[in-house]
This record gives sequence, structure tokens and C-alpha cells, in this order.
Amino acid sequence: MTELAASDPLPKPKRDLAPILLPVALALAMIPLVGSPSTWLTLTAASLAMGMMIFIMASGLTLVFGLMDVLNFGHGAFIAVGAYVATLVFAPFAASVQADSLWLNLAVLAPAALLSMAVSGALGLVVERVLILPVYGQHLKQILMTTGGLIVAEQTLYALWGPQIIPMPLPASLRGSFILGDVAIAKYRVLAMLIGLAVFVAIQLVLNRTKLGLLIRAGVENREMVEALGYRIRRLFLGVFMTGSALAGLGGVMWALYREQVHASMSDELTVLIFVVVIIGGLGSIGGCFIGAILVAMVANYGGFLVPKLALVSNILLMVAVLMWRPRGLYAVTSR
Amino acid sequence: MMLLSGDPPRSRVLTLILVVIILALAATPFLFPGAKALNVAAKICVFAALVASYDLLLGYTGTVSFAHTMFYGIGSYAIAIALYGMGANWAAVATGIVIGLPLAALLALAIGLFSLRVAAIFFAMITLAVASAFQVLASQLSWLTGGEDGRSFQLPELLRPGTVLISKNLFGFEVNGRILTFYLVFAISALMILALLRVVNSPFGRVLQAIRENRFRAEALGFRTVFHLTYANCLAALVAASAGILNALWLRYAGPDTSLSFSIMLDILLMVVIGGMGTIYGAIIGATIFILAQNYLQSLMGVASKAASEAGLPLLPGLLHPDRWLLWLGLLFIASVYFFPTGVVGRLRHGRGDKSAGTPH
Repeated sequence: MTELAASDPLPKPKRDLAPILLPVALALAMIPLVGSPSTWLTLTAASLAMGMMIFIMASGLTLVFGLMDVLNFGHGAFIAVGAYVATLVFAPFAASVQADSLWLNLAVLAPAALLSMAVSGALGLVVERVLILPVYGQHLKQILMTTGGLIVAEQTLYALWGPQIIPMPLPASLRGSFILGDVAIAKYRVLAMLIGLAVFVAIQLVLNRTKLGLLIRAGVENREMVEALGYRIRRLFLGVFMTGSALAGLGGVMWALYREQVHASMSDELTVLIFVVVIIGGLGSIGGCFIGAILVAMVANYGGFLVPKLALVSNILLMVAVLMWRPRGLYAVTSR
Repeated sequence: MMLLSGDPPRSRVLTLILVVIILALAATPFLFPGAKALNVAAKICVFAALVASYDLLLGYTGTVSFAHTMFYGIGSYAIAIALYGMGANWAAVATGIVIGLPLAALLALAIGLFSLRVAAIFFAMITLAVASAFQVLASQLSWLTGGEDGRSFQLPELLRPGTVLISKNLFGFEVNGRILTFYLVFAISALMILALLRVVNSPFGRVLQAIRENRFRAEALGFRTVFHLTYANCLAALVAASAGILNALWLRYAGPDTSLSFSIMLDILLMVVIGGMGTIYGAIIGATIFILAQNYLQSLMGVASKAASEAGLPLLPGLLHPDRWLLWLGLLFIASVYFFPTGVVGRLRHGRGDKSAGTPH
């Protein structure tokens, strides 16, 4: 260790590159196994698109845990609510959705997504105030409360919309694929990738380049110290919670369009997926969450292509493998 | 007192309620005629034992596991597959037990060791993920489990409804194989609950409570917390698998909906919290309230829903529809975590001014 003079800049923290290389290595290792390069490209594009959607849904959960040590088992409810709200916008404008014009389609899609985010975010406000505020610092009760919230939300959706599956057709101009040589990449997947990447970049910019982000990151590392410096971290947390809920709503719309259907049980199915992603990434880490989402999607896509039977338990195997390597997830951000 | 391991209900009202429940369950075949009453009573017995085993985890060690139905399902499927594959004989029953119970215990050991190696906070999430994978596995491996349809099977001769053990003209009641099966379920469930009461009041149980209150301090006192938690996990899994065996024997069927689905996990959670965490007795109360509501409240809701739709009220018919009864139980669940976290049992004990009632935080 050399002595540092006071005027020296702080030593840069070492960049931990191994987790970033993991999905790249996984993708490259799959080339010989899959065989044909065009199939490999299609599969890789599919996993990236799926990974981005999962990332959008999971990012809020990981931040909420990292910042406030709150385990939200009801995160899936925001996803389902977002998807259902989008159907409200889609139904009256079915003609514009089916019209073969990109602008007309987007004119429906964009407001639908925004409305979903607004409703999910507002619901996040209610949930935080009513369910989570009374049980800060008590993990057991948080899990119970939010699980109860999930039941109530799901049942309310059933009561309002009925138990049947609601179809949600893709807008006409987003159907089909881009064909490059003999590689086919679905148009919607490209859009999903773009949105996911935009969300990731936006979150990273806010976290790393603004004062708000500085406070959030400081709060993740040491909550009491930020409070002692005079910042109302509860309010900060409420903002993060609402943003996370809104993102979950956006993810819900995208997932519904990807599957072209909406059902209240999608929250159960996705909750498990999101938990796996958040655990793999390391609770509280956005970068880890991003890599985790891509890894989960890659394992699902490659696994589903190569060994369909294995796809059933592939998530668990991936989680076990990652946790054996790093018991606290890829990036351990919090000190807890 | 010996039977209750020195842990009596500690409240006169609670004792009275428990005695009434147990007597009513014991006398169901003679008091309430009809298949439905007997089914409800058997289900209460099975779930009381299952919920008590979950209480060992949730109430006494403070860990939330979402994999409890997995162990319940392992027991159900083990006995169902054995009886389906080997025919209706006692050797098949024994095979199911010999395979099912150790399998559940081993899986619990594996999950326990793995998730306790990583951060403790992951436990609930990991169990949820493992349980959902197991559920998918069970519905996909249809050559073994019968897929979504599950497996129906015949019971050994002695336990069939057609077998008349004591004919009607002797006491005025006919005792057949079905009633014998009911008493088998009743007796084994009661034994398991008494055994759990024994466990939580042993020195081992005290250590579990110490871990719940302050894991760090328990470790500092020299207890191997990982060993204790894993051991508690395996015990709970064994009881859950046994409850699964009883359930399959009673229903003569095992399928994803009756033994594995996530909604059963939520039911268990609701029963523990409503009955009272960390009391074991809460399991009996919670299971009774919940299953009675499940079977009889729904018809009441149907009437209310109809009345509301006839009165032309908006929204209410949908909210009161019999299929939406979980909505109201969910609200009840949140309210009880909020207002009386110690559940019915804690309330009754506390009402007597007894401060020693278990209050997990």
C-alpha cells in the first residue's frame, strides 16, 4: 500500500468484469451446440429481448430491496395491473391497433403504456403507504403483508375483468420479422430490446449522474448516514417504490404483447422469474439485475431449444450455480 | 399435562373452543351424517397437522418457506403412485411411506443447507422458486404423476367404503371402511400435532425461539443455528409429507390442484396467521375457521351476490361472487397481520392478561 497525499484523487474502485463476461461467454459457448449460426442469432436476439422485458419488471424490486430492505412479494401484482390497464386502452381503439400504419399503432401503444405506468405507480403509492409503511424493518411481516396484497390484487382483477384470458393482439406493424439473409428477428423483439436498453441507460444515468441518484446509492449503502445528513429517505424511498411499480406496469404491458394475452395469474408466473433474476444479480444491484435477466432469458431460450425437458428446472439450476460461485449474487451491493 | 408437553392452551375460552372442535371432529361420523361433513372434518384434521408443521417454521423459527406444499405434495404423490402402480395392498402403502418420507426429508435438507449457505433473506425467495419448479415438473412428468389429471387409486380392502366392520343393527350406526379411514386420519393428525407440541417445548424448541428472537445472540451463546434451522426444516417437511399421505389416502387421489398448487400454500399461510403464529394450537383453530369458511361461506356469498345483482348494484355482484372468497380472506389476512399479529390464540391468551403468549416479530 502506498501512502496517498491529500490532494491525490481517490483511487478508482476496481471494476468487476467477470459477471459481465458471463452472458457473453454463455452465448459464445452455445454457437457450436446450437449448430446453425442463423438459429443461434435468432435465439440470441430472442433471449436479449426477453431479458430486457424481465429486467424492466425486476429493476424496481431490486432497488426497493436495496434502498429500504423491503421484500415485496406483491411486485407481480403491478405487472398484472399494468397489463390489464393496457387492455382498457387497446379495446376501444382496436381498429387503429390493426391498421397497418406504424404511427397509428404507436399512437395507441404509447398512451396505453403511459397509462399503465401511471396506474401502477399510483397503486405503488397506495401499497407503500397502506401495506409497507406499518411494517418497516420487519421482514416476516413484510412478506406476509405483501403476499396478502398480491392475493387481494389478483382477486380484484378477477372480480373486475372475469377469470378468462384476455387476448391482446400485437399492433399490425409490429408483427412479422426483419429478415437479414437467413436470419429472422421478430420486429417486436427489436422494439422490446430498444425499450429495455433505454430504461437501463436511463436508470444508470439517474443513479450515476444526478444528485438524486447519488442519494439513492448512498441510501443503499448506509441508510442511517443519509438520514443523519438531513435527507428524508422515506420520501426518497416512496419515489423509488412508485418508479419501480410503474416500471413493473410497463413490463407487464410489454410481456402481455409478447405473449399476446393477459391473465391475472401472469403475476404468479413472473414473480418467480423476477425473484430468480434479483437473487442472481445480487439484491439492490441494477447492473446485476440486468445481467441476471439476460442470463435467465438465455438459459430459457437456449435450454428450450437444446434440451426442452431441462427448461423446466433451468432457472433453479442457474440460480444454484451462480449462488455457489457468489453466495450473495453477482454484485453484492448492500452490506446486509 | 404430560400429553400436552406442559404447554396447555392457557385460556379458558381457548380450551373450550379446542375441546369443542376436537369432540366435534371425533364425533362427526355419528353427529353429522352425509359425505360432505365427513370430508370437511377429514380435511380439517389433515390441514391442522399440516399447518402446525408450518407453524414450527414460521412461528417458532421465524423463517418464511414457500415450499411447504412441495413436501405435502411429495407425500401425496408417493402414496398415490405406489398404490396406483402396485395395486391396492398394504405393501404399496408401506412402499409409499418408505419412499415419500425420506425423499421429503432429504429435499428439505438440501434446500436448508443450500439456502442457509447464502444470505438468510433469500430463503423465502429460493423456496418459492424451487416449489414452482417442482410443480411444473410434477405436471410435466405425466408418465409418473399423471400430469394435470393426477392419479386416482384404490385403497386396500379394509379401508374401502364397502367394507362393513360393524353392521348397523348393533349400535344403530354402520361402521365401514370409510369411517375407519377417517379415524386413521384423525388419530395420526392428532399424534403429529402432539409430537410437534413436544418438539416446540423441548430444549430444541427453545433454541428455535431464541433464533427467531435474535439469531446473532443465539449463535453467540454457542448454538449451531444452521444445524437447528435445518433440523426444524426437515421435521416440518416430514410432518407435511405425512399430512400429504393422509390427504391422498382420504381423497383416493393425488393431483396438482389438491396437493401442490400455490393456492394451497397461501391457504396454509392464511391459516397460520389467522389462528396465531407460534402457538401450535393456532393451527387447529386456523384450519377449522378457514376450511369451514371455504366450504360453507361460499354458498353464503353466492346468496349475497345474487341479492346484490338483483338489487342492481354495480361491482358488488362481482366482488361477492363465490369464486372471489379468497379476496375477502386476503383482506382478513392483511387485517390480522396488521391488527392482531398473534392471531385468534394470541388474542384469547392476551385477553386473560397472560403476557407469556408467543408473540413473534
